[in-house]
Amino acid sequence: MKVLMFGWEFPPKIYGGLAVASYGITKGLSEQGDVQTTFCLPKPTGEEERHINIINMGQVPVAWRDVNYDNIRSRFVGHTVDDYFRFRDHIYADFNYLQGLDDLGCIQFAGGYPGNLHEEINNFSIIAGVLARSEQFDLIHAHDWLTYPAGVHAKLVSGKPLCIHVHATDFDRSRGKVNPTVYSIEKNGMDHADCIMCVSELTRQTVINQYHQDPRKCVAMHNAVYPLNEEYRAIEPHKNPKEKVVTYLGRITMQKGPEYFIEAAKRVLTRTHNIRFCFAGSGDMMNAMIELAAAYGIADRCHFPGFQRGKQVYECYKNSDVFVMPSVSEPFGIAPLEAMQCGCPSIISKQSGCGEILSNVIKVDYWDVDAMSDAIYSICSYDSLHKYLAEEGLKEVDGITWEKVGLRIRECYNQLVRRGYFNNDEYLSAVKNIK
Amino acid sequence: MKTICLYFEIHQPVRLKRYRFFEIGTDHYYYDDFENERAITETAQKSYIPTLNTLLEMAKENAGYFKVAFSLSGVAMELLETYAPEVIELLQQLNETGCVEFLAEPYSHGLSSLANEEVFIEETKRQSKKIRQVFGHTPKVLRNSSLIYNDEIGALAGQMGFKGMIAEGAKHILGWKSPHYVYSCAHDPSVKLLLRDYNLSDDISLRFNDSNWNEYPLFADRYIGKIASLPEDEQVINIFMELCAIGIFQPLSSNILDFLKALPTQAKAQNVVFATPSEIIDKSKPVDIMEVIHPVSWNDEERDTSCWLGNGMQREAFHKLYQEAGRILACKDRRIKQDWDRIQASNNFRFMTTKPASVTMFRSFYDSPYDAFTNYMNILGDFIKRVQNLFPIEVENDELNALYTTIHNQGQEIAVKDSEISRLKARLEKYEPAAPAAEPQPAAAAKAEPETKHRGRKPKAAEADSTPKATAKKATPKKK
Repeated sequence: MKVLMFGWEFPPKIYGGLAVASYGITKGLSEQGDVQTTFCLPKPTGEEERHINIINMGQVPVAWRDVNYDNIRSRFVGHTVDDYFRFRDHIYADFNYLQGLDDLGCIQFAGGYPGNLHEEINNFSIIAGVLARSEQFDLIHAHDWLTYPAGVHAKLVSGKPLCIHVHATDFDRSRGKVNPTVYSIEKNGMDHADCIMCVSELTRQTVINQYHQDPRKCVAMHNAVYPLNEEYRAIEPHKNPKEKVVTYLGRITMQKGPEYFIEAAKRVLTRTHNIRFCFAGSGDMMNAMIELAAAYGIADRCHFPGFQRGKQVYECYKNSDVFVMPSVSEPFGIAPLEAMQCGCPSIISKQSGCGEILSNVIKVDYWDVDAMSDAIYSICSYDSLHKYLAEEGLKEVDGITWEKVGLRIRECYNQLVRRGYFNNDEYLSAVKNIK
Repeated sequence: MKTICLYFEIHQPVRLKRYRFFEIGTDHYYYDDFENERAITETAQKSYIPTLNTLLEMAKENAGYFKVAFSLSGVAMELLETYAPEVIELLQQLNETGCVEFLAEPYSHGLSSLANEEVFIEETKRQSKKIRQVFGHTPKVLRNSSLIYNDEIGALAGQMGFKGMIAEGAKHILGWKSPHYVYSCAHDPSVKLLLRDYNLSDDISLRFNDSNWNEYPLFADRYIGKIASLPEDEQVINIFMELCAIGIFQPLSSNILDFLKALPTQAKAQNVVFATPSEIIDKSKPVDIMEVIHPVSWNDEERDTSCWLGNGMQREAFHKLYQEAGRILACKDRRIKQDWDRIQASNNFRFMTTKPASVTMFRSFYDSPYDAFTNYMNILGDFIKRVQNLFPIEVENDELNALYTTIHNQGQEIAVKDSEISRLKARLEKYEPAAPAAEPQPAAAAKAEPETKHRGRKPKAAEADSTPKATAKKATPKKK
């Protein structure tokens, strides 16, 4: 089965959770052996893992240029020079009017999330038209709203079924005050999709209710985690036995609910003094949070180490006694799973998608700071609870693998390719045994 | 002749309120009164009252033939007295028909039998006393909370003077044996055991309304037929369940009351009789001893204690709770005693279970086991602080026990001394018949008087002798 996949991020270049999820999904699919994935990226680094074919969208021509095979051979990152000439044969309109075409007739991408994001999204979908005409594939899979227009374009050109993957919606990012342009792109993508994979039931409900999609074509496809590698597993925690550390890790922004964490910290500190609160991450609300902590007089117990990357993240988890994710709206939220891998018990908000597949975590409403502080206090005070959550949580999270996600996605693909449409009820009965 | 022993448990836990950790030390009231009232009234209306009415009718229609046994936990009795006294009245009416036996059980419906012998004995005795007050019988047969039983508990029952106990007929203790005989406890053969037939019991309490069950619908004639067709020698069929199985687990709309009502008639027709546990124990000889090393109970498929003490959290809570047992037994504070009964209830531990959902009709009012644990530990934290405030922490439990033993024995010592005094006085009178009136000894009298008052006896002026002085001197410093 050949899949044409559109994505915006892929490891090793990681901007957010999307890259990790894209990697896991493609890896899970490739492990089945008979799924060939062609992954289209705006700006690959050339260091991506090769279980997939990478297509560098910045080197797919949209305007015909007379170039010499030998001269340009060494310039390609991602796909090869042969692919270039094949793509050049399928240019479907005259795009010479576009600004910024290079000598190969390609549109350059800045990569990441630049200021002219909407323009890049548009260019991405223009190029998708070329790809859809030149490649052979059985279905299209588009990750996150940035690539929905490309997916829709490819579908219209090829007539193949379109599957879109909703990693987040604008309702999550904006607490309900959506950006109309983004909403329209999302809605258009969903309207054209034959199957909408949402990273949690929570997101699925948003898609059904806010984007008015047919529940039968929406499916909850939960993410997973990869086991820790040797390097991270070997990290030795250095804990002060007299003090406990409670950690928040993520962007410090409205969506993640950092102010509730401060409120809970304040309550916990009225009773105990041997607990420290660590705010790892950066974001637009960071200064406001520092000020809030100071106003409550708990600044000496709150620490703001800033943005953590790579190994630092895992060091942070390993040195924590409790991980808290008080997100106001979290489509999935992979952080608690990573914390659990490091043996750190997690408290998550009930508004987090990952709570749907986790049972050895404490779930509270994000606004219920009393419950949150009670849970923090309880884990810090009673060893049995800490031990139970750490051990059972680790066991549980070890059972959540991308291989299983790959199998589930494959079931969706099978339905789409065999019949051209998707039905969630049939899917649910088909994947009952994947546990 | 086959004998059915029908027994119902009446127990409702006192619901704990949401108690946050920052209330520790400031709020000493732990209960959700609104929820308690609602739950008890609901259970009484939906289950207890209709079922007891039916049983009353059955007892009147089949006077002397139909027999049934109950046990009530002390905490449930308190709740019923407060919110649904009509249930107690119905039980009293039923008691007047003479067809009922009440069994003893630990007052709190807790796990004290697994933790602390003294607590277990104390609360069982207290419950027996309460049953005697309300129903006029002293229970002869013991039933531990959720039928928890092992050899040691059996021996304790013997020690307390019970002639029998009822227990679960779990497969792993019976092996090839049948629960339809009377057995005896391995540590104390004078204690006879009645073992629950879980198949026949669960037919009613778990499966009666289950339309997927292959024997659905169950009718009284077939049910009694099953009992009548058991092998000739198997005489005792113990059908034990919670009273709320009828009406709550199996809704009244399933016509379970009609089923119940038809049982005596069908039993008569098929030559099956009813008996109370005591009657069976008096009549039957045990066929064998039953060795139970690890505790069994009637909960879940495992029929052990894993639903209360299966995970680390439950064990931590359990140990913390019973650590303070010595001090609580010693203390005289009524509120602490009452709280102690209420928070001991095994249900509180059950809410913390992390076992996958089991077959029973178990309902938790908490979000998750962690929620239940957190709430319980907060309450326990406050409770333990209160207990520790009563006695300084530096006083070791042993020391405290020694002090309390002294105080406890003091009464007896004084009684012995008193009898000695009167003996000596009588002798004195004999020798000094013409002696003048004893000179008053004000100091000794003052000391002796409060002491005697405390013991609830009339102060006697004549006691102003040399011997009481010594007693008073001996007793007062101990009290400090």
